[in-house]
Amino acid sequence: MSAGTLYDKVWQLHRVAELADGATQLFIGLHLIHEVTSPQAFAAIRELGLGVRHPELTVATVDHIVPTSSQARPFSDPLAEAMLATLERNCSENGITLHGLGSGRQGIVHVIAPELGLTQPGMTVACGDSHTSTHGAFGAIAFGIGTSQVRDVLACQSLAMAKLKVRRIWVDGALQPGVYAKDLVLHIIRQMGVQKGVGYAHEFAGPAIAALCMEERMTICNMAIEGGARCGYVNPDATTFSYLKNREYAPKGEAWGKAVAWWSALASSSDAVFDDEVLIDASRIAPTVTWGITPGQGIGVDEMIPQLDQIARAERPLAEEAYRYMDLKPGSAIAGVAVDVCFIGSCTNGRISDLRAAAAVAKGGKVAAGIKAFVVPGSEQVAKEAEAEGLDQLFRAAGFEWREPGCSMCLAMNPDRLEGREISASSSNRNFKGRQGSATGRTLLMSPAMVAAAAITGCVSDVRKLLNNPN
Amino acid sequence: MDNIFPSGAITKISGKAVVLSGNDIDTDRIIPARFLKCVSFDGLGAQVFADDRKELNKGAAGFHPFDQPEKQGAKFLFTNQNFGCGSSREHAPQALMRWGIRAVLAESFAEIFFGNCLALGIPCVQVEQALILELQALANEATNPNFVLDLASSSISSEGCSWAIELEKGIQQMFLSGRWDGTAQLIANNEALNKTAAALPYLNNLWA
Repeated sequence: MSAGTLYDKVWQLHRVAELADGATQLFIGLHLIHEVTSPQAFAAIRELGLGVRHPELTVATVDHIVPTSSQARPFSDPLAEAMLATLERNCSENGITLHGLGSGRQGIVHVIAPELGLTQPGMTVACGDSHTSTHGAFGAIAFGIGTSQVRDVLACQSLAMAKLKVRRIWVDGALQPGVYAKDLVLHIIRQMGVQKGVGYAHEFAGPAIAALCMEERMTICNMAIEGGARCGYVNPDATTFSYLKNREYAPKGEAWGKAVAWWSALASSSDAVFDDEVLIDASRIAPTVTWGITPGQGIGVDEMIPQLDQIARAERPLAEEAYRYMDLKPGSAIAGVAVDVCFIGSCTNGRISDLRAAAAVAKGGKVAAGIKAFVVPGSEQVAKEAEAEGLDQLFRAAGFEWREPGCSMCLAMNPDRLEGREISASSSNRNFKGRQGSATGRTLLMSPAMVAAAAITGCVSDVRKLLNNPN
Repeated sequence: MDNIFPSGAITKISGKAVVLSGNDIDTDRIIPARFLKCVSFDGLGAQVFADDRKELNKGAAGFHPFDQPEKQGAKFLFTNQNFGCGSSREHAPQALMRWGIRAVLAESFAEIFFGNCLALGIPCVQVEQALILELQALANEATNPNFVLDLASSSISSEGCSWAIELEKGIQQMFLSGRWDGTAQLIANNEALNKTAAALPYLNNLWA
C-alpha cells in the first residue's frame, strides 16, 4: 500500500464519497473534451434529462478529425464536418469553452491544455482519450476515460474509480546527445513490457527525469499508457513552476506564490512508500525504434531485430505475428530499413521542442527521393512559435510539407494515412496493426529527430551520426 | 444480432462462445479509427474487428472467429492477456456489445477497456491461463457448446462441467444489484461533491 505519494495526496483531496460497492467517487478538477468521444456522452445526458454540472471545468477543442492540408469549413469529409458541428452545438448549448479552428488556441487536446496553463499540479484531469496521462507531467493525476465516463463527468463532475497502486520508476544517469525523452520512454516500455503498468500509477523520478524540460516530461507521461499504466506523473518542481508562470490560466499576482507553495507540498514525501520500484539507467540508452506491432517491441538503432530464441517464451507468438505483419527479418539490422512516409507530430511529439530537434537534423538537408515527409504542429500556438523561428521555412526547404495542427497520422481519422503496405517512420505513440489508416500499413516509432534522419536518408538511421556530421 | 442491451441486475449469461487467441489485442483492432467518425454508436456492431476479419477471410485459413457461421449469436468472448489495450475508445466494447457479446473472459484486461465494459453492463472476468485455454479448447470443439456464466455463484459451466471463477466482490455486487449503471449514485452525493469542490485550493483561490 503506497503512502505519502503525490498520487495519494491528490486522491485524498478529490475524494467525494465511498460508493456502495467499494469504488471511490472522485472529483474531476479539469475535464477535457474533443469531437470523437463526447457526442454520445452529450446525447446520454440529454436523454437522462441532465445538464452539465460544472461547464466551467470542462474545456473543448477539435483535433482528431481535422484535415491538416486545408481547414476551411465545411470540411470536405461530411462525417468530419458533422462531428465538429455537433461539438460546436454541444459546447454552445452547455456553456462550455471551445478552442476552435483559427482561435489561436486550437490543437491536440494534450498540447493545448498545458500550453494554456489549464493543467496544473494537484489536479485530477480526465479526458476521453487514453493519452490524457500526458498531463501527469505537471504532478496532476490524469487519466483516459470512456464515453460513459465522459457522461458521468459532464453530469456530476466525478467518476467512480478504484484506487491504483503506485510504482516508482527511478531513472538514473543522463541521456546522451542524440537520445531524447521518446527514446527513454520507448526503452522503459521495452524493459517493462506493455502489461506491467496495469493497475498502477507510474511515478517517474530520479536525476534523468529531473533534468527533463516540461515538454520532455509530457512525452514520458504521454506513453505511460503504452506500458499499461493509465496514469503516469512527475513530481512538480522548479521546472514545472517556471513553465507555468504567466500562462493564461495559471494563478497570477499574490496567488502565484501561494500556489507554488501548495504545489511544492504535493510532491511525494522522501519517506513515501511505493508498491513497487523499478530502476532504469538513462546513460546506456541508444536512439530506440520499434520493429513490431506493440510499443514494447523496440530496440536500439544499433541492434538487430531479435530472433525468436532471444525472446521470452510468452512473448513469442506476438513476435511471430510481428515478423509476419512487419515483414522484417529477425536477426537483421533495424538501421537501413527503408521507409515510405515520415510523420512528425502527435500528442507525444508535436511540441515546439520536438520540432526544433527535428529541424536541427533536417537543416540544410533534403528529403530522400520518393519519400513523403510532413510536419504537423501540435497546436496553433506551436505552429505560430515555429513559424516565428522560421522552422516552417527550414522544413519546406528540406522538402517536408508543413501542415495545420491536429492529431493527423497518429491515428488517421483525417485524410493523412498510410496506403497499402507503406511503412512509416513516426513520432507518434502506437505501432498497432492498421493504426495509421491502412489495414496492412506499418509503423516504426521513434523520436522526431530520428524521423527527420529517416526522411533525409530514406531509411532508419542513427541520428547521432547525422548530428556529428552536419550537412 | 441481439439488440436488447444490458440493463438492471445481471445475474446469469448464457450462450455460445467465440474464441480469439492472442495477447495484447488492442482497441484499434477491435474497431479501427475510421469507424469512430460518427456521433452515435449505432452501426458499430457490423464493424467489429473489421480489418482483421477482412484480412483473414481473404486467406485460405478460413473465417475469422467473428465470421464463423456457427458463432453467430455468440454471447461470450474467450481471449488471452491484456485484452483491449491502447486507445480508450468506448467504441470498442460498444462494437462488441452490438455484435452480441455480453461477457468477456480473459487472462487479463487493459484497465480502461475493463471500466468501459463495466459501464455497459458487460462483465470482464479474469481467469487463470490454464482455465482460459481449457475454455477456448472447449468452445472450439465441433459441438460448439453452450456456456453459462453465473455471477451469483461465481462460476462458468458448460455441458455438465462447472469451474469456479474469481470475481472482485464489489464488481460482483455491481452486476447483481444493477449498480454498474452508476450515474444515479454519483448524482445522489451532491452535497459531498459540493464540499469536496469547495475545499480545492485551485478552484477557490484558497492556496495555503
